[in-house]
Amino acid sequence: MRDETVQLALPAAGDATERPISIAIVAMGGQGGGVLTDWIVQLAENHGWVAQSTSVPGVAQRTGATIYYIEAMPPLGGRKPILSLMPTPGDVDVVMAAEFMEAGRSILRGLVTPDRTTLIASNHRTFAIGEKIAPGNGIADNGAVTGAIGIAAKTEIIFDMNALAIANGSVISAAMFGALAGAGVLSFSRDSYLDVIRAGEKGAQASVRAFEAAFDRVQSKSPEVAAPAQSETAKTPSAPAVLDPRLAGLAARLTHELPEVAHAIGRAGLKKVVDFQDVAYGGEYLDILGRLHAADQNSGGAERNFAFTQAAAKYLANAMTYDDVIRVADLKTRSARRARIEGELELSDGQVLQTTEFMHPRMEEVMGMLPAKFARWLGGKPRLLGWLDRRVNKGRRVKTYSLPWFVALYVVGGLRGMRRRSLRHAIETAHRDEWLKAATEAVRTNYQLGVEILQCRRLVKGYSDTHSRGLSKFDKTLAAIKLVAPRDDAADWARRLREAALKDSAGKELDGVIQTIKSFA
Amino acid sequence: MAERSFAREVEDLRLGDGDTFRGEGILAITKALLQSGVAYVGGYQGSPISHLMDVLADAKDVLDDLGVVFQSSANEAAAAAMLSASVMYPLRGAVAWKSTVGTNVASDALANLASGGVTGGTMIIVGEDYGEGSSIMQERTHAFAMKSQIWLLDPRPDHECIVNLIEKGFELSEVSNTPVMLEVRVRACHMHGSFACTDNVRPAHTIKDALNNPKRDVGRIVLPPAAYEHEQEKIRTRLPAAINFVRDNKLNEWMGPKQGKVGIIMQGGMYNNVIRALQYLGLSDAYGNTQIPLYVMNVTYPVIDSEVAEFCLDKDAVLIVEEGQPEYLEQAINTVLRRRDIQARVHGKDVLPMGGDYTAQVLLGGVREFLEKTEPRLLGNRPPAPDATAVLSHPEVEKLKQVVPARPPGLCTGCPERPIFAAMKLVESELGEHHVSADIGCHLFSILPPFNIGATTMGFGLGPASTSAFNVKADKRSIAVMGDGGFWHNGLTSGIGNAVFNKHDGVFVIVDNYYTSATGGQDILSSRAVSKRRNTNNSIVQAVKGIGGQWVRQIDRTYDVGRMRDTLKEALTTKEQGPKVIVASSECMLNKQRRVKPQISKAIKDGVRTVKERFGVDEDVCTGDHACIRLSGCPSLSVKQLDDPLRDDPVAAIDNSCVGCGNCGEVADAAVLCPSFYRADVIHNPTGWDRFRSRVAMTVVGWLQRRRDRRRPALETLA
Repeated sequence: MRDETVQLALPAAGDATERPISIAIVAMGGQGGGVLTDWIVQLAENHGWVAQSTSVPGVAQRTGATIYYIEAMPPLGGRKPILSLMPTPGDVDVVMAAEFMEAGRSILRGLVTPDRTTLIASNHRTFAIGEKIAPGNGIADNGAVTGAIGIAAKTEIIFDMNALAIANGSVISAAMFGALAGAGVLSFSRDSYLDVIRAGEKGAQASVRAFEAAFDRVQSKSPEVAAPAQSETAKTPSAPAVLDPRLAGLAARLTHELPEVAHAIGRAGLKKVVDFQDVAYGGEYLDILGRLHAADQNSGGAERNFAFTQAAAKYLANAMTYDDVIRVADLKTRSARRARIEGELELSDGQVLQTTEFMHPRMEEVMGMLPAKFARWLGGKPRLLGWLDRRVNKGRRVKTYSLPWFVALYVVGGLRGMRRRSLRHAIETAHRDEWLKAATEAVRTNYQLGVEILQCRRLVKGYSDTHSRGLSKFDKTLAAIKLVAPRDDAADWARRLREAALKDSAGKELDGVIQTIKSFA
Repeated sequence: MAERSFAREVEDLRLGDGDTFRGEGILAITKALLQSGVAYVGGYQGSPISHLMDVLADAKDVLDDLGVVFQSSANEAAAAAMLSASVMYPLRGAVAWKSTVGTNVASDALANLASGGVTGGTMIIVGEDYGEGSSIMQERTHAFAMKSQIWLLDPRPDHECIVNLIEKGFELSEVSNTPVMLEVRVRACHMHGSFACTDNVRPAHTIKDALNNPKRDVGRIVLPPAAYEHEQEKIRTRLPAAINFVRDNKLNEWMGPKQGKVGIIMQGGMYNNVIRALQYLGLSDAYGNTQIPLYVMNVTYPVIDSEVAEFCLDKDAVLIVEEGQPEYLEQAINTVLRRRDIQARVHGKDVLPMGGDYTAQVLLGGVREFLEKTEPRLLGNRPPAPDATAVLSHPEVEKLKQVVPARPPGLCTGCPERPIFAAMKLVESELGEHHVSADIGCHLFSILPPFNIGATTMGFGLGPASTSAFNVKADKRSIAVMGDGGFWHNGLTSGIGNAVFNKHDGVFVIVDNYYTSATGGQDILSSRAVSKRRNTNNSIVQAVKGIGGQWVRQIDRTYDVGRMRDTLKEALTTKEQGPKVIVASSECMLNKQRRVKPQISKAIKDGVRTVKERFGVDEDVCTGDHACIRLSGCPSLSVKQLDDPLRDDPVAAIDNSCVGCGNCGEVADAAVLCPSFYRADVIHNPTGWDRFRSRVAMTVVGWLQRRRDRRRPALETLA
């Protein structure tokens, strides 16, 4: 631009910065973004403003990310303003996000800018499919969004509007409308918002409640609303169990034998194994853990905050409490479980609850329960086995709280006595020992590698096919680790292997890493 | 019509003189049709014009009062052919569809209609599904208008303007004996605005009058020599008539100062965003007081040469704002100026992108570049234009790019199509991958995670036809998926009939969910709802058999994953030759919920015994592998982090949006996944017998539970 052009006395046509109020609502299809949009339009029109809203339904309405856009402005001497049909990055006054990652998306679209945008967002999460299908933990990091909001937003109003809405028997759109009113970015009175809601007949009262709660929350008259609690309901007065003196003994052993840092996790582990089998099993747990801790100390674990012992306390407990039929039957028949479900369903006295389990036992599971010797003998009789499998291997719809089924489950759940002699236990123990051996050997020469090997236990999970897939990934990974064990960066490779194995179920990523390793090892 | 009611919107159609309509653009268009005295309306639903069809379908009384015939056509070709009623008779008629896809289907009838010409005004409302949020290929309807010589209206996104142009459009059609297209873009269709209504007009001439006094004129029929005559008519009489009408009625608008060294020529639809862009440059206020001359083409075909010439005559340069490609207007205008040797330079796609949405931001860039090239003085006092680049380039925000997950559309909670694809996944794991042709409809979401099934989609109802090449002996058979909507749209003949005739040894899955669900749940021939106005409940299976299908299997509960899987396996492996047709039927859950939710809550209120089903996951049984989610993708099946230090991975969890469709349990069973899932049946208003049974059972259960709890070591001592 040449300078002289700047000095030209050319009057701007009106105040060019005088633009309509622009509001973008980012939501997922079916979140009631349309209702919220209509409310805001009505609100503006009730004040004699010209309001225009647009949206793009179509496929986005089917649970995809979608955006509603509103512009509103008073007419001037009978002249209507010309309103835009799409938000312009850097020119949005209010962004309302009905979900936290969508708030992040709106920032990436450039809709949130520090010079003008008030961001009103609910920080609850509705996970995207990509986050849910990862065999491991694929959940996106909220921190990144929080960080970006701090940079991008002029004003931020962030809280769990979904929880608040549910707590008030309403839906998020009402809470967000309340948050908008509370934010005070629009020059309209609180009552004029309420008039809009009341004009709509269906669920008006609930909407008003949610609106007011959100309004007060923004004007910080009321504290944060916790998300609807599930776990709390699970805690129920179970019958007073015997205070087993041996348990106290175990507790004492734990605090005495393990370093401070491992106490909490060790206690959790101990609880889990005792709950899985019995007090004696807890003793076993501490014995093994003690040996591992010894190895840890000999490998200079003290300087490393006993990471090895901590990892061992965690993953040994998981390894010892493998998911067998007995455990499942036991969990399904517990009083706490029924109480949890009743809580989740908010069951009232007048109502009757029945649950149906979808069980598909295979002969493998039955064999697992049988005494190892007998099971192995049976394993040598393929025809007999096949005949049995045809009888066993079928889907069963189990009515948990019908007497016959409950008793059946109850009996199976009580077969702990047989567990130690069972084939499954033999297999799990052997597999466990091998794993711990590898870890203990590794930790001597390469401390971090030892820790990584322990953490590989995370790969073993699921039932039947899923379980065998997990197991094969675990074995593959350990085999691959052996290849790199001598290297200094073995631990990094071990971590890479484990993370790859958790990325996709087919194990393609894992095979990829293994190929790379084979290429140099 | 679908279970959803449009009663409130129908009331808007009753508005008259002095009333103000407030609402969606597509409804304003619907009202404008009635104000124009249409005698008949037809069309085929699809975003963004679905609501036009939905509302008219619910507006029986209004239409009957006016003597207007409404039909939801079998497809767009049928709708276009319907317009032949205006060829011989002075009947005003309108049809609507999603474009360009609908126009593709309709083009044969349109070409014939446009060749013979019309007596009564005919209007084709095309919802131009272009740009962000579009669900189809990115093309322009403009080409169809030009090739068949159908006038193309592209009004400013403003209800007043759109309504006025529809009323004028019918006149234009009549004076020029030519069909007229009204092009409205997605956002304009869903735009909330207002306009001053006039009374609805009864058609002067009705369909009944026409039926009772038939007329014919072989000169209107496309057959030599008439066909050659038509072409000459188009050139000699119809085009000039149209040009005169458009000019005399000032359908195109001139805005801003009369004089100016530069000007902007635009499609009407671009006006709002152009004004916003000018405002950013300080060249207009929010009310459209522009400092740059604008020529707004509410009629984009034909181009009014004399108007273009007049606008450009005293200018150094003009910018043409024309969304999409190719740049037909830019080419036409260049021809106009060259022929008249007018020296104004023509800019357009050189400063604006060839394709994609012309948002205010895009136009800001284009107009600025145009002015910098031609008249930079105008930019003298430009105020700071909105700009988000600073924020977007900030490292914190950069980091966010890797974090925010894609959120592709997917099947709704409880969708009956989910178990079908879960079954296909299970078959895939047994028999390996197959070539799968997808179609148009909700089921197309199968191509996305978690299912990732489907190789191509060739258009509505053409899934089966697009496997027709794969009709050879091989180790594997081709699979085609088609919805009930596509089946009745054309798939019955183009797909199944074609496969039967050519002895195609493939598998054809017809997804029957009782509605054309993807377009908003409209009724079709096989819908189960009983409709007074239409003939529903026509069996797809019977149709398939009627057309010669031998191997036909009906699955009337798609949630039966095991059966679904076995049927698919049988179809893929059976020795039998010829097409294997599987009709998988269960009601669209979205529509079912709309239908039954009120009923259920009423029943519960009235004290009727009602069983409510919902699924759940035992979090201590679930190991957090998420295999179940990889076979489902149900929105209500999610994950949650437990506050258990021993757990690394989140476990599966079902939220209270679950509708208890049963898919989770079925999949867990069929895929032998895990015993974590349970179905909870809550009996509301239980009978005495219910109560008694549960009391007896729970007494024993409770006793047993307490017994075992007593024997458990008291873990509290470890805390």
